[in-house]
Amino acid sequence: MHNQYNTITKMKTETLSTEPLPAGEEANVTRWNEYRGRYLDWCIVGFCIMGAAIVGITVLAIANITMTELADPAHLLKVAASSEVIGSILLTFGAGASAVLLLILFGTPLAYVLARARPSRLKGAVESIVDIPLILPHTVAGLLVYLLFMRRGWLGAPLSEIGLAFEDALPGTIVAMLFVASPFYVNSMREGFEKVPVHLENVARTLGAGTFTAFWTVTLPLSLRHMYSGAILAWGRAIGEFAGVIMIAYYPFIVSTLIYYSFTTDGIHTSRSIAFTVILVSFGVFYLLRRMTRYLGRYDDRV
Amino acid sequence: MAIIEAHGIRKSYGSLLALHDVDLTVGEGEILALIGPSGSGKSTLLRVLDLIEPADEGRLSVFGIEVASERGSWLDLRRRMGMLFQRPIVFNASVYDNVAMGLRYRRASGEEIDRRVKEALEAVGLSRYIKSRATDLSGGEQQRVALSRVLVTDPEILFLDEPTANLDPTSTATIEEIVMRLNREAGMTVLISTHDLAQGQRLAHRVGVMIEGTIAQTGASSDVFRAPKDRRIARFVGVQNIIPGRVVSRTEGLTTVEAGGRQILSATPPPADEVEIVIRGEDVSLHRREPMHEEAENLFPAMVTRIEPAAPFVNVTISCGCDLVALVTARRGDALGLREGMGVWISLQAKAVHLIPLTGH
Repeated sequence: MHNQYNTITKMKTETLSTEPLPAGEEANVTRWNEYRGRYLDWCIVGFCIMGAAIVGITVLAIANITMTELADPAHLLKVAASSEVIGSILLTFGAGASAVLLLILFGTPLAYVLARARPSRLKGAVESIVDIPLILPHTVAGLLVYLLFMRRGWLGAPLSEIGLAFEDALPGTIVAMLFVASPFYVNSMREGFEKVPVHLENVARTLGAGTFTAFWTVTLPLSLRHMYSGAILAWGRAIGEFAGVIMIAYYPFIVSTLIYYSFTTDGIHTSRSIAFTVILVSFGVFYLLRRMTRYLGRYDDRV
Repeated sequence: MAIIEAHGIRKSYGSLLALHDVDLTVGEGEILALIGPSGSGKSTLLRVLDLIEPADEGRLSVFGIEVASERGSWLDLRRRMGMLFQRPIVFNASVYDNVAMGLRYRRASGEEIDRRVKEALEAVGLSRYIKSRATDLSGGEQQRVALSRVLVTDPEILFLDEPTANLDPTSTATIEEIVMRLNREAGMTVLISTHDLAQGQRLAHRVGVMIEGTIAQTGASSDVFRAPKDRRIARFVGVQNIIPGRVVSRTEGLTTVEAGGRQILSATPPPADEVEIVIRGEDVSLHRREPMHEEAENLFPAMVTRIEPAAPFVNVTISCGCDLVALVTARRGDALGLREGMGVWISLQAKAVHLIPLTGH
C-alpha cells in the first residue's frame, strides 16, 4: 500500500516535471506533492471524529453481538435453524413484500398524481396525509390501524363479514406494515416522477400515445430506479415494524415480536441469537437488493 | 377550407395569463408562421391547438370538429397531427425504435413499421444511423430523428415549435427544406412558431405576430414587416424608426405628416390625427449631394450624427429635425465617405412611410 502511494507520487511528479514550468515553480509543486500526504485540515478531522461517534455505535454494537455469538456457534446454529425462527423470518419478509406490492399497485398512481398536480390546497393536504404515519409514534400508528381494522372497526367489521379477519392474523400484519411504510414509498416514487420532464410525456402524446400509454411507456420506465429504491426503503421499514404490528397482530410472530417474546420469556441468550440471525439475513438481502439497482433505470434519458 | 379555427382562446397557469383572445384560422395546405418574442405564448398556443392541453375558454375546431364537445376523440384527432419541439428530444434507444414510437402507439404491424421507418429515415437522410443509439447523435441529427419520428405517422397538420432554435445553419436548412417539400408535395398544413423573423418570411405563406399572449396581426409577411399595425409589432419586426407626428393634410392619395418641424409624405391613409411614423431603416436612402432625378416623394438635407457598424450593414443616425436611422450596406457607407457631422441628402418613398395611430406607450 505504502509503496503504491510512493509510486503514484513519483509518477505525478514526473508528469508535472515534463510540463514547461519555470524552475522555481516546479520545485514548489514538487514540495507541495511531498507535503500533501501529511497535510491535515483540522476542520475535517474534527468532523470525522464527531461522525465516528455515530458510526462507532453501530460498529461497536454489531461487533459486540458478533463476538458473543461467535463464541457459542453451536447455540447460534441451533436457534437459527429452528423452524420457529426460520418461519418467523420468512413470514416477516413475506408480509413486508406483500405490503410493498400493495404499495406499488396503489401508491404509484397516487405518487404520479401528486407529482403532476399543480400546487393547491388539496394537494398540500393530501401530501400531509401521506406523511402522517411518518410523524406518529409507532404505538399510535398501531393503535390507529387496530381501531380501524379490529372486528368492530369501521373497515374491520364489513371485511370480517366476508371472511377477512385482521386481528391476530396475517392480513393484520400486512395492513399495519402497509400503513407505516406507505410514506417512504409514495414520497420516493413522487420524487422520481417529478424528475421526468412533462415535456417527454408531451412528446409521447404528440406521437399518438394516450395518457396511460405515455405514463406506461415513458414516465414509468424512467422512474424505475426510484420505484425500486422506494420499494426497498418501504420494505425495510415494513419488516422492522414492531409497535405498529403487535397492536393488531401479536400472532403470528414476526421477528420483532419473536425477539421481544423470547427476550421476556427465555431471556437474553436466545433472543440475542435470533437477533444475530436476523442481522445476517437482513444484511445479505439488502446487499443483494442494493447491488441490483445498478442494472435498473434509463437515467441518461433525462433531457 | 379551414383546417383549424380558433376563437377567443384563453389559457392561464395559476395567475399567469398565457393566452387571451386568440383568434386564428388556418387553411388546409397552408404554412403559417407564428412569430413573436419569447414568452409571448407561441408554444402554449401550439400545445392547445395540438390538443395536448385544453384551453380554459374559447372555441376550437380542428378538421372541422368542435373539440370541446368531443373530449373522447382527442386522441384520435391528435393522431392526425404531429409536433416537433424546440429541444431535440430522443429517447435512449436505437434510432429505429425512436422513429417507430408513433407507429407502435397506433398498433401498426411489424412489417409496416419496418417499411415506414426506413422510408422516413431515408427522407431525412439518416438511413445509415438506423441501428445507432439516438442519444449518441449530434443535436442536428437528433432533431432530424425527431422530425422523421413525427413524419412517419403521416400527420395532416404539422406543428413545429421553434424547431431550429438550437441548430446550426446546415441542419436548419435541411429541416426547412423537408418541411417545405412535404407542404408542396403532400399538401401538409404546417404551423411553425419561431422568433427568427427571417425564417418566418422564408417558409410561411402567412405570418401571425404574437405579442403578450395574443395574435396581434396576421397577414402576408411583407404586410407585417412593412405595415405593422401597432408599435409593439413594429418594434418586434425590427423597425428602427418610430416617430410621433401630426397629420397636416391629405391630398391626392398622400398624407402629409409633420414631425420635428419637417413635413413627411406618406402613402398610408391617416389612421388618426396624432400618429406615429414607422419607417424601416433600409428604406431610407442617403446621397452625398441633392439627387437630380429622384422619384421619391420625400427629399431633404440632413446631417449625420452617429455611425454604428452592424456588419454587413451600417446604422447611420441622421438628424433632419427629427432623428432617423438609415440602414446602408457597409460598402455603400464607404462609397459615401460617411463621417459624423457630415451633411447628406436623404430620399424616402411615400410608400415606405407607414402610419399607425399614436398610443399611450
